[in-house]
Amino acid sequence: MWLYEKKLQYPVKVSTCNPMLAKFLVEQYGGADGELAAALRYLNQRYTIPDKVIGLLTDIGTEEFAHLEMIATMIYKLTKDATPEQMKQAGLDAHYANHDSALFYHNAAGVPWTASYIAAKGDPIADLYEDIAAEEKARATYQWIINMSDDPDLNDGLRYLREREIIHSQRFREAVEILKDEQGKKRVF
Amino acid sequence: MSTHRRVWYPYASPFDPCPPIKAKTYSTPPNLFLGFQPPNLEQFTPMQALRTGTLWKVFYDPWYSPYEAPREDDHS
Repeated sequence: MWLYEKKLQYPVKVSTCNPMLAKFLVEQYGGADGELAAALRYLNQRYTIPDKVIGLLTDIGTEEFAHLEMIATMIYKLTKDATPEQMKQAGLDAHYANHDSALFYHNAAGVPWTASYIAAKGDPIADLYEDIAAEEKARATYQWIINMSDDPDLNDGLRYLREREIIHSQRFREAVEILKDEQGKKRVF
Repeated sequence: MSTHRRVWYPYASPFDPCPPIKAKTYSTPPNLFLGFQPPNLEQFTPMQALRTGTLWKVFYDPWYSPYEAPREDDHS
């Protein structure tokens, strides 16, 4: 079970009215390497992973939902007061036609989220390597969004999220090391 | 520029349609180099850690857009 804390993991501040940034940010919301895909990937894989690293997948998968919530807040703030005309100018006309300013799980190109974005091979090494790759891809996605964004306060939050991807990747790499060391090793304490 | 940035120089043809970007960079974050985290690494203060996203100084590698000036309060 989960306990919900009614606050964001890191404060989200958006200082400029630029709905086009929402179009880019949605890549991290419902994209293949986005936070939703990450959370569901880890929380699903943890059932069939050696028990030494289950807790890691639980913790990181849970944190991904906290990141999802931050991204959602950013997108919401950028679009909630946009007129249909502003949505058109931001390239969000197709989104507006279907969803008004509601959020939806699709990527920056409007492709809806699909479970085929995530994998569960059942092989611990294959799964952890997938997780490492997912973290590095999410890190890169944050870089490209930061490069396109001119909002310093928004970038501050995105930099925080990118740093977390680095840490998650590090911990998954350590999980691989734990599983490599486990077999046929006599440890004396 | 961060020591975790690498640079490479792609071939540019004299017949390229757009002005060439002569140097391209990519990020090689600290997690690629450490293996299992060794004990007793230097830490940020709790307040700094909450802001940067990591407790460990060695893993802090912020990304700035080339079109954006870093702010003074960043600890890079």
